[in-house]
Amino acid sequence: MWADNVRGIYYIVLKDMRTYYLKPPAISWGIVFPLAWILAFYLRNPQDFAQLVPGLIAMTVLFSTTAAEAVVINFELRLGSLERLLLAPLSLSAVLLGKVLGGALFGLLMASVVSVGAILALGLFQVNLLYLLVVLILSLLVFSSLGALLCVLVKEVFEAQTLLNLPRFLMIFLSGVVYPISAMPPVLRLVAYLLPLTYTVDGLRQASSGASPAMVAIDAVALGGFFIAFIFPATRLLARRFT
Amino acid sequence: MEKVIEARGLTKYYDELLAVNAISFEVGQGEVFGFLGPNGAGKTTTIRMLTGLSRPSGGTATVLGFDVNAEMVEAKKHIGVVPEMSNLYDELSALDNLVFVGQLYGVPRDRRRTRAEELLRAFGLYERRNSPFATLSRGMKRALTVAAALVHRPQVLFLDEPTVGLDVVAARSLRGLIASLQHEGMSIFLTTHYLEEADHLCDRIAILVKGSIVTIDTPGNLKAVAEKEPVMQVSFRPEGGRPELANGLSQQLPGLRVVAMDRESVRIYGGSPASVLETVLPWAKERGLVLEAVNSVKPSLEDAFIKIAGLSPSVMAAEKGRRK
Repeated sequence: MWADNVRGIYYIVLKDMRTYYLKPPAISWGIVFPLAWILAFYLRNPQDFAQLVPGLIAMTVLFSTTAAEAVVINFELRLGSLERLLLAPLSLSAVLLGKVLGGALFGLLMASVVSVGAILALGLFQVNLLYLLVVLILSLLVFSSLGALLCVLVKEVFEAQTLLNLPRFLMIFLSGVVYPISAMPPVLRLVAYLLPLTYTVDGLRQASSGASPAMVAIDAVALGGFFIAFIFPATRLLARRFT
Repeated sequence: MEKVIEARGLTKYYDELLAVNAISFEVGQGEVFGFLGPNGAGKTTTIRMLTGLSRPSGGTATVLGFDVNAEMVEAKKHIGVVPEMSNLYDELSALDNLVFVGQLYGVPRDRRRTRAEELLRAFGLYERRNSPFATLSRGMKRALTVAAALVHRPQVLFLDEPTVGLDVVAARSLRGLIASLQHEGMSIFLTTHYLEEADHLCDRIAILVKGSIVTIDTPGNLKAVAEKEPVMQVSFRPEGGRPELANGLSQQLPGLRVVAMDRESVRIYGGSPASVLETVLPWAKERGLVLEAVNSVKPSLEDAFIKIAGLSPSVMAAEKGRRK
């Protein structure tokens, strides 16, 4: 049973990469979008650009994973091909996890492009790769499962995209991507600590500034908590569609 | 005969709507078991409960001895399912779709491709093996969906309305394939609202109406029920088979059933031919209809279905319309 699920997850990820993610529109969106942001921020303030790099990587993770995930599940629900997966000897959780991991892997590829570009272009060689990977992988899982959760909350692809815009823009402005949390009013600061992107941005900053393992661990635990908070209701909601 | 499917009091509610009402049946090893009923009778809901896509609201069911509530993942290793909608992946080729299904079902790596090619040849799709699913004709898509259900060599095959939407040639070809699977000893659970299909393919048929099983028997025995009453087909010109005329005639023949067959003909169930004609002839004359033919008809499964299911002529007419 366990081995069947692992095998199923692996092949679902491979299939999704092939049929959805490694296609020119997905790749160009995943690369052009963060590059446009990087250019916009660089032109605005070239001196402080290095400070913004963690936020830009975090945004790449957020947009590449949620955009893909919100489309793929509803698309397959509509075509009936998700049922094809559910007819196979796999648990429903394994099918959903396969979908989430596919979105996360796509996000990892896109975030890697931005991260490698930033390291090479800005000479951020002192980055702690282990911390960077831990924060990146947890964040990819969090935002991919957030995409899955919002997707199964609604029935249409466009509804999921619209619904996603609310947490996305809330996080862009309140999670320390462009505006430091420490400078926010107390109420907004409280809201910021309820948003997962805050821990991604902070974790990436810690990874690039030589912080203590305890600080990264706090971000990692918070991100792990968000992952659980998103993936379990997503699984339950999907299961409800098939009961 | 060893039982491969067993349902006891299987029930399904969608909120307040009772879709399947405490049905019980068994399917034996190597048997083709048909679920026959009009649209909305509960056929697809039953298949979804038996294949793990929907949880029963009540009752029990086992497939190959595995409980559908508790052990469905294990059961899925041994069953193949052809859903009503051909739901393979548009972007993948015919070959890659079958290989992907083999991967999901744990077909060993060295046998996946060979098995997929073997099925493509058997279903006449080998020449199109590299064509994306989206580019195949509807008949080819249906055949590939059946092939996908066979990749892992299942013991039981579930077919949900397998020939819906196919042209005559494709439907006949698919029925031939189903018959060959039956000869190979596969147990098949088939839902259909095509009476001829059920008649030709099934060893036994359950007639399902409004979520309840009305009867279960062989096609021959079901037809024998209908043979107990005489059936006459009467044709009039011009267009004496219009439903409003059939309904009018029905009022002239209390206790008998009159069903419009096509624009020219009606079928009259029950009553002696002589007494029926005594009423029909003046009725036709009054309406300026010319009697063209009167035939005694050997009851078909459709006649048995009308009699057993107690369906109104209008329901059957609607079903016939959908068939075209």
